[in-house]
Amino acid sequence: MATTSGANILIESLKHAGVEYIFGVNGGAAMPIFDALYDAEGISLIPMRHEQGAAHAADGYARATGKVGVTLATSGPGATNLVTGIATAFMDSIPMVAITGQVYTHLIGNDAFQESDVIGVTRPVCKHSYLIKSSDEVADVVASAMHIASTGRPGPVVIDFAKDAQIHESLFHYPEQVNIRSYKPKVDGHPRQIAKAVELIHNAERPMLYAGGGVVLSNGCEELRELAIKTGIPITVTLMGLGAFPETHPLSMQMPGMHGSCCANYAFTDSDLVIAVGARFDDRVTGNLDKFAPNAKKIHIDIDASCISKNVPVDVPIVGDAKRVLAEMNKLVHRVEIEPWMRQIDEWKEKYPFEYQQKGDKVMPQYVIEQIYDIYPDATIVADVGQHQMWAAQHFKYTEPRQFINSGGLGTMGFSLPAAIGAQFGCPDKTIININGDGSYIMTIQELIPAITYKLPLKIFIINNMYLGMVRQWQELFHNKRYAAVDYHDNPDFALLAQAFGATGLRVERVEDVRPALEKAKGVDDGPVVIDFIVDEEENVFPMVPAGAGLGDVIRGLA
Amino acid sequence: MAEERHIFSVFVENRFGVLARVSGLFSGRGYNIDSLNVGETDDPQISHMTIVTHGDAQIIEQIYKHLNKLIDVIKVTDLTTENHVERELVLIKVHAEPQKRGEILQIVEIFRGRTVDVNPTTLTIEVTGDEGKLRAAIDMLRPYGIRDLVRTGKIATMRGGVR
Ligand SMILES: Cc1ncc(C[n+]2csc(CCOP(=O)(O)OP(=O)(O)O)c2C)c(N)n1
Ligand SMILES: [Mg+2]
Repeated sequence: MATTSGANILIESLKHAGVEYIFGVNGGAAMPIFDALYDAEGISLIPMRHEQGAAHAADGYARATGKVGVTLATSGPGATNLVTGIATAFMDSIPMVAITGQVYTHLIGNDAFQESDVIGVTRPVCKHSYLIKSSDEVADVVASAMHIASTGRPGPVVIDFAKDAQIHESLFHYPEQVNIRSYKPKVDGHPRQIAKAVELIHNAERPMLYAGGGVVLSNGCEELRELAIKTGIPITVTLMGLGAFPETHPLSMQMPGMHGSCCANYAFTDSDLVIAVGARFDDRVTGNLDKFAPNAKKIHIDIDASCISKNVPVDVPIVGDAKRVLAEMNKLVHRVEIEPWMRQIDEWKEKYPFEYQQKGDKVMPQYVIEQIYDIYPDATIVADVGQHQMWAAQHFKYTEPRQFINSGGLGTMGFSLPAAIGAQFGCPDKTIININGDGSYIMTIQELIPAITYKLPLKIFIINNMYLGMVRQWQELFHNKRYAAVDYHDNPDFALLAQAFGATGLRVERVEDVRPALEKAKGVDDGPVVIDFIVDEEENVFPMVPAGAGLGDVIRGLA
Repeated sequence: MAEERHIFSVFVENRFGVLARVSGLFSGRGYNIDSLNVGETDDPQISHMTIVTHGDAQIIEQIYKHLNKLIDVIKVTDLTTENHVERELVLIKVHAEPQKRGEILQIVEIFRGRTVDVNPTTLTIEVTGDEGKLRAAIDMLRPYGIRDLVRTGKIATMRGGVR
């Protein structure tokens, strides 16, 4: 058999692993890899304009498809630019492989040109990492990296690839299977624990399901639906899990937490049994831990043992894959008799829906989201970070997993546009809507260019309040309206800017223009359309659980 | 919650970067390492770490789980809850004028230590044992003037059986 370069082996290995796209930015220490991709078949390089954008695109691809996203950058500044994207994927457990070129092995540690200790820099923000110093290792490393990224609790794996190892030749042999003796994720829940959980479920008077992104990651949404519907237990789904259970279903209590529904938050406070599935009791969900679900026993199903009893003591821990554990539970559960509890839930839902007040003739941001939902109910929403993200979570009803994509854990502004690009590559037939903020959009606006180049029919809807709105809201409420460094009135006209880039750009300033513009965007399918919605500047997100307060102390609104 | 001292025995792949991953797990969470010892096992592909740390029950549980979560970690045992043997070695360079030397050597004898180096003004003494014994030996030698003191950190293994 003939030998081939380490770079070629990398590409062949990625192809073997089923990779279709690599999102990257070129540079010296990665040139042999880009060269190998130049005429590779069955795998495409999508050049992005900034490495952060490349990482988010790979991440968005992974979130939309469930497959491993792959990103590629050069050493030094290319690699450090990737870090935010890697950390974003890490916090949300997204399967990703990040490949960085590294300087020649004899230069490593020499402060060589464009050298950085990528393994060191990324260590706390990735699941695992490899340094390839020989072309002999490439295929095994790729196979292991793909395996580790996509199994257990998924996460990003970094491959730092020295340039000489990219150039040297070896035989290509992709391993049939990966066997890492020190890495054997436990996927099946313990039957005794499952039985205990079922007993608690059958004896509870005020049970609730609390599901998170882990259910989506394990593709366990069918099983989750079955559990809720078979038992008749009401369910709240976190920001990371939106769509795991249809929000249109009578059992749905919608999202919990800081900007969650009053119903879900009150339910936690009064519940006597919380069944957590693939959710990690994040502080944005629990509020003050001392006041969190004080009367409830807790069942916690999670693939990551270190997530269990981390923040909240758990009565019945079940370590395992959500899909498998739920399937086992479904065999054992029956309907529970909880009419008084359901009456209470329905009353809360009825009394405290997500709502807002129309201010004069202003375009209210929530109204824009409602209209987006009305016109594009099946679209995949990729939201950025801030108030618009919360409104997108609250006022659009998600019915399918992977229908809502956002940076929940790290809260990375600038995530959404490149992530939407990745999602569109992964799901060419879906309508992908990017709901962005005026502050977040500008952080990665350069990625509009590849969206145009590849004629992606992205709908980019900017909820433009001329502020870093979420921060301004906190300043209004907790800093005496001292609006330090949040005024974005000096932003350019985003419609004109879109046109200058070569996209369709529209500006909407009046309520009556909202729907026509959204309808018009529907017709644009040969490239992205940007609509700049000029909305009420000082609208706040409610309900709100202030930092440090318990969920029961949620502020429903400023009356 | 009360703080407790725990000794973890950790078998890891003998690979580049493993020590940084393990120590990063502690530093990234603000947990302390009291001592850490690493050495090759009988199998050159596997290293063994003895980590002494302290924290409340919740922190200790997190440390155990996070050690297990590291990809390169093969096996973790909290030896504190197991019947185990622990040892540490200390090298003490003590000030030793010729007229004091006899006394010092007697102390060394009592602790079954050894003199590993000598020069006109100092003796370097090696003592092995558990924590209590080392402390007693050091306390006895301190009045003579300790010039230098180096310890290996604990190493520990489970009693009986095979791992
Ligand atoms: C990279 C980054 N920097 C800073 C922040 C802090 N932050 C959170 S929300 C927010 C405001 C976002 O502004 P915009 O995109 O306009 O959204 P809005 O809240 O106005 O809807 C900021 C600055 C962040 N999350 N990410
Ligand atoms: Mg804004």
